Amino acid sequence: MDNVFVYCEIEEGQVAEVSLELLSKGRSLADRLGCSLEAAVIGAGLKGIEKQIFPYGADVIHIADDKRLYPYQTLPHSAILNGLFREEKPRIGLLGATSVGRDLAPRIASALKCGLTADCTALEIGDHTENKTGKEYRDLLYQIRPAFGGNIIATIINPETRPQLATVREGVMKKEICAQDCKGRVKTIDSDKWLGDDDFVVKIIERHIEQSKVNIKSAGIIVAGGYGVGSKENFRHLYDLAGVLGGEVAGSRAAVDGGFIEHERQVGQTGVTVRPRLYIACGISGQIQHRAGMDQSSIIISINNDPDAPINQIADYTIIGDLTDIIPKMIKYYQKNTK
Amino acid sequence: MKGLKIIVLAKQVPDTRNVGRDAMKADGTVNRAALPAIFNPEDLNALELALRIKDTNEGTTVTVLTMGPGRAAEIIREAMYRGADKGVLLTDKKFAGSDTLATSYALSLAVKKLAPYDLVIAGRQAIDGDTAQVGPQVAEKLGLPQVTYAEEILSVRKGRVTIKRRLERGVETVEAPMPLVLTVHSSAPACRSRNARYTIKYRHARTLGELQDTSEDYLQLRKDRPYLTIDEWGVSDVGADVDQLGLSGSPTKVRKIENVVFTGRDSKVISGSENDIEALMKELIDSHTIG
Ligand SMILES: Cc1cc2nc3c(=O)[nH]c(=O)nc-3n(C[C@H](O)[C@H](O)[C@H](O)COP(=O)(O)OP(=O)(O)OC[C@H]3O[C@@H](n4cnc5c(N)ncnc54)[C@H](O)[C@@H]3O)c2cc1C
Repeated sequence: MDNVFVYCEIEEGQVAEVSLELLSKGRSLADRLGCSLEAAVIGAGLKGIEKQIFPYGADVIHIADDKRLYPYQTLPHSAILNGLFREEKPRIGLLGATSVGRDLAPRIASALKCGLTADCTALEIGDHTENKTGKEYRDLLYQIRPAFGGNIIATIINPETRPQLATVREGVMKKEICAQDCKGRVKTIDSDKWLGDDDFVVKIIERHIEQSKVNIKSAGIIVAGGYGVGSKENFRHLYDLAGVLGGEVAGSRAAVDGGFIEHERQVGQTGVTVRPRLYIACGISGQIQHRAGMDQSSIIISINNDPDAPINQIADYTIIGDLTDIIPKMIKYYQKNTK
Repeated sequence: MKGLKIIVLAKQVPDTRNVGRDAMKADGTVNRAALPAIFNPEDLNALELALRIKDTNEGTTVTVLTMGPGRAAEIIREAMYRGADKGVLLTDKKFAGSDTLATSYALSLAVKKLAPYDLVIAGRQAIDGDTAQVGPQVAEKLGLPQVTYAEEILSVRKGRVTIKRRLERGVETVEAPMPLVLTVHSSAPACRSRNARYTIKYRHARTLGELQDTSEDYLQLRKDRPYLTIDEWGVSDVGADVDQLGLSGSPTKVRKIENVVFTGRDSKVISGSENDIEALMKELIDSHTIG
């Protein structure tokens, strides 16, 4: 009872990145609360799956392994997770804000009549005093997320209901392998007691999952372009710079909408969150939705012809000028000084 | 075939692309009055999907259900102009401040009141909250299966629907029995525009509340043409338990709202001159940031 649970998503025998990131976050929340971290894994052919999970700090792994449970389907997975949560009464439940997590979490919240916050960008533990009644609550989960198209940051709490449910996008939390040799217990979920024939009325006829080819998330250097790049052709300059520096190219939503670059490379609230060693923002104004996905980069360089562009305020270096002129110079002086 | 009965869940939302200072109230809820209101974009995709089923299945009716303040009747009329047959506005002060759980409770009661039905179709998410929770929560409360992120209906046959869904990294085709709840993804076809004939036909469609607020007098017209009445339901019409509605029925509370502030860094401003760029590249190489 009162523990932190993470629902682990499985795709082709692999625990999803976002689930590992949530385990790391869950570990720190559990340490702060002095409770255990437990993982729930529902799928098929899961033998040995615990080896992927224990390094991220789970104390207990609950496994439901049944050939009918993969690929993910709403009804059987929610029946099992509901049953497990009713028995275990967790304090906190975390799911990825993915196609799966955002399908499953509301179903759970509705069945258990508990609060759920989508797309959190930070999770913290803290107290709360109800203004009207003066009632005090200890150690609540602060579910922090941008709201209203990113114009405000809201801290949401669920004072009375448990579990406190939240979803988080991939890349927002940091995945960290535990320092010590982590090893916990594996518990088998007796899923048959929660599953009925009614849970299998939806049939999956066909499924195409593409492994994403680009991985800007793990890049150490990112050269990102915005609407100011002007065209798909001009993005060539960014690819050239990324090429010599050994980085990846990314873009703002306006650049994606403009057709300059593919959606997989979008950074920001509705794209990927990145935290590279160096982020070079070229022709990006730096609206909050964009910054939400990159402001934790170690060093930020902005190239912009507008000295007042908001991005400059979070940049370590601001180069004022036209990017088609600046980028070739950067390449030239990089090559000159590394030879 | 007899035709289907489809309920479309739609929401009128503040246009979050035009947010001003007075957009939020002190209690953390949205000050809707201060913002332009639009038909939630993905709910238009949902409407289109419903209308396409109607196009190919004679006798199908499409009812739009929305919860909101009186002026939300605007989107019901908008849906009628595009091909919906009927509308229900769920409105009551006691619904105000509801989070997704309380909202889905209220909507599910209204859907039950509209039974029997074959499909409940909603947009994936509303742009004012981006939660994507209400569709699945309504499905759970109705005890129905759900298919989220629908992009295309491939067939409707013998009580089963075949649907293509858009996932983050791919597509899936599923077949599910009706009654069923669908949520529709923005990659689904855009909604058709207004039909001139329907626009004339439903121009005077009003809720009771709207009639009371205006001096319009179409009493006789309304009697002759019952389709001009948009149903308006409150808490007692759907038999809702007040404790499960509004702020008190919402497990999530807003603790704090912060306006977004810049956390400034010490920024070095550099010109685009050859010298400045060379100095910068040297600095980055020396600090092992690059190279
Ligand atoms: C709900 C919601 C979610 C969103 N999610 C995201 C998201 O995930 N990611 C995202 O990026 N955005 C997102 N946005 C959009 C965001 O608000 C901005 O519209 C977008 O980031 C702007 O992109 P931009 O900076 O490329 O374009 P602009 O704002 O048009 O900026 C272009 C910049 O280029 C500069 N410029 C022009 N020409 C040149 C030149 N020749 N050389 C140098 N500089 C030049 C200009 O001075 C300007 O600063 C979201 C919006 C909403 C409402």
